[in-house]
Amino acid sequence: MKTVEEIKAAILAAVPGAGVTVVQNPGPAAQHSLLLDAAHAVAVAKFLRDDAELNLDFLSNVTGVDWPDKEIAEKVKVTKQVEKEVDGALTTVEETVEETRKHVQPGYLEVVYHLFSMEKKHGPVVLRMRTGNRSDQVTLPSFTPVWRSADFQEREVFDLYGVVFEGHPDLRRILMWDEFKDHPMRKDYVDPDDFEYEPTAHDEVLKRAQAHQEKVAAAMEAGQ
Amino acid sequence: MLGEGILKGLAETARNFAGSFVSKERLTTVQYPEERAPAIEASRVFPFLVYDGPEWEAGLRCVACQICEKECPPKCIYIEKSKDKKPDYVGKLQIYPARFDIDVSVCMSCQICVEVCPFEAIKMDTEFELATDDRFGGLLHDRKSLAKSNEYYHTIHPTEAAEVDARLAEEKAKVEEKARAAAAAAAAKAAEAPKSEAPKTGEGTEAQ
Amino acid sequence: MSELELESWNRPPVVDMDGDLLEVAMGPHHPSTHGVFRMDVALDGEKIVKLKPVFGYLHRNHEKLGEGNSYLASMPYTDRLDYICSMTNNWAYAVAVEKLAGQEVPERAEYVRVIVGELTRVQNHALSVGFLIQDMGASGTPLMYAFKARENILDLFESLSGSRMMCNYFRFGGLRVDPTAEWLDRTRQVVAELPQFVDEFEQLLVSNEILMARTQGVGVLPKELARNAGATGPVLRASGINYDIRKVDHYGIYDRFSFKVPLGEHGDVYDRFMIRLLELRQSIEILEQALKDIPGGPVMDPKAKIRNFRPKAGEAYGRIEAPKGELGFYLISDGGPNPYRYRVRPPSFVNLTTLEDMCLGHNVADVVLILGSIDIVLGEVDR
Repeated sequence: MKTVEEIKAAILAAVPGAGVTVVQNPGPAAQHSLLLDAAHAVAVAKFLRDDAELNLDFLSNVTGVDWPDKEIAEKVKVTKQVEKEVDGALTTVEETVEETRKHVQPGYLEVVYHLFSMEKKHGPVVLRMRTGNRSDQVTLPSFTPVWRSADFQEREVFDLYGVVFEGHPDLRRILMWDEFKDHPMRKDYVDPDDFEYEPTAHDEVLKRAQAHQEKVAAAMEAGQ
Repeated sequence: MLGEGILKGLAETARNFAGSFVSKERLTTVQYPEERAPAIEASRVFPFLVYDGPEWEAGLRCVACQICEKECPPKCIYIEKSKDKKPDYVGKLQIYPARFDIDVSVCMSCQICVEVCPFEAIKMDTEFELATDDRFGGLLHDRKSLAKSNEYYHTIHPTEAAEVDARLAEEKAKVEEKARAAAAAAAAKAAEAPKSEAPKTGEGTEAQ
Repeated sequence: MSELELESWNRPPVVDMDGDLLEVAMGPHHPSTHGVFRMDVALDGEKIVKLKPVFGYLHRNHEKLGEGNSYLASMPYTDRLDYICSMTNNWAYAVAVEKLAGQEVPERAEYVRVIVGELTRVQNHALSVGFLIQDMGASGTPLMYAFKARENILDLFESLSGSRMMCNYFRFGGLRVDPTAEWLDRTRQVVAELPQFVDEFEQLLVSNEILMARTQGVGVLPKELARNAGATGPVLRASGINYDIRKVDHYGIYDRFSFKVPLGEHGDVYDRFMIRLLELRQSIEILEQALKDIPGGPVMDPKAKIRNFRPKAGEAYGRIEAPKGELGFYLISDGGPNPYRYRVRPPSFVNLTTLEDMCLGHNVADVVLILGSIDIVLGEVDR
């Protein structure tokens, strides 16, 4: 089977202008992936499915991954004009000072696809797509018109992560009930305070259980 | 002939039905609770704490290292360390658990606590008839109800208990060997010391 | 792939303008839905015109628990995914973690994995066929025959791993316990009795006219739809596509055993049922070969760590041929003791995609059979 670079070359030959980048995967498994852009994704997917050599007709797995915003603190050496006392007189001197600069790397939601070929019996080919951010730009094209097996799995990613798939025939919640509000698999999900009695609660679970018991006791007193 | 397949199937069922009256292996039902299926040695239900000797508090092997509490997947173990120490099976002073609770309604019998315990203190019991009508505390087993003797451990898992005993005896023998070697070295040093002191006193009296 | 074939899943939605259609919710309290599973069915007289599966009643958020627990602590949770086949669930997870961390498994451990995995396949297929016949109305007799054979296998699992169903037996780099020679002898005895059980089962069922009338031509899954919808396992092979991950991925030591992969022609319920019986026989073949050739040696990689296991940062997707289809685990590691992302690719979940297509035009009674022939376990579908 072709390597990731060869597949990228084949995609660029068939779908010119597609934004395809290779994402290296550190670690022993060495399953490198291709990052696609949203605009050409469906065309690339159709090419991968119908190409005579690759023939990736089996979409095995659709996974959602949540990458939250990261605050990165860097130490930067900066030359600045500093006022200092030199020999009793106030002068401006140039000095190299270390400053800590913080910036927020925006997070995104990622969807990972694993493709195999039932005809040629090779694989996996890993594709990725990333959303703009985690709050308002969460739309991605759906692969359901290309591979039907994405049907339920994309619904699950929508349900648990909040990625809206354009072109999906029936996008609604699948594992949680329809009126549920939040997206449970995100890293910043706070589960509701419907705590059950747990005799061996310890650490944060114990703190939350105590807070919950106090709230329940207060509500009962107020109700009385 | 139409219906031949059905007749073949009915003949099979009839053979099994008639056979269950004559052959033991065709009658596979065990009338529980009057009869019990033969117990399998390796089976595991819920954990218990092992103690050596006649007294459970003094002989408890657990030293409250809290490794089982950390590794337990559903976090059903709750340990509080004691303030004082008591001697363990080799004589070293160790802390012990002042409180060791296992919530059996949360425990999923995975046996990871047994695997990670470095002191052979927690093992799996085979007692499964534990139903109670106290919903909130009845399935919370504390230190006293969890402590069972090493002899009991031998009755439920004989091969495993024999291996554990052999390992502990080996450890104890190694510790005793080291203690004996240390004592012999100290005794050798003490034997040398009086010899080096004797000439000094002789000189002192001479100087006087 | 012609646009005509793709049309089958671009159907116009069914809208009931005159109120003629009868809407029935089959489940979640239904003895034949194989767990808490609901199907919202719209009937035109007796025929089904719309079927929407609804599940999530057994959703236990296994994937988020996996992110909070260490790698080893997730192993007992994988037992509870497809709760009938706990050993193969463990195997898939162990394969994925071993790919992630680059670990090797000793040879004896691979043989025992194959033995235990194929025993799981035997008892799963026997159970699945038994439940299918039960759904047809056979009041439990073939089911109890399957259970009798299954009890012997579960007793073997209990004496090996300590528990009948939630085995927690596999570890990363090998197995937890080395089976004794006495256990292997007992396994050989059990495997020697299995062909007689399969013969009895086949005599009871295969040429039964009622069964043939009810299952032949019912719930046909066309070949191209099966391929495109990602069906795997017996469902896919009954539609005629030769894709068995044991032969494709060459994982473990399956290359050393000679076994055949049965294929169906029509893709109906009868084919799926027969494929399971044929695969049962092939599993017995593999078991006999593995039990003959098993070598001695350790069953655990000596460098493997039980506590403080931190694989290097990276990701891996590992899959096996579970009795229900392709069971895969996708793990992203950030170098810490817990995985960053822990994903289960459940075979039953993806096989359910084409339930509606298979059921259109049939009766409610046929829906029960079609669902039984896909062989779902809700623990896996909902996780």
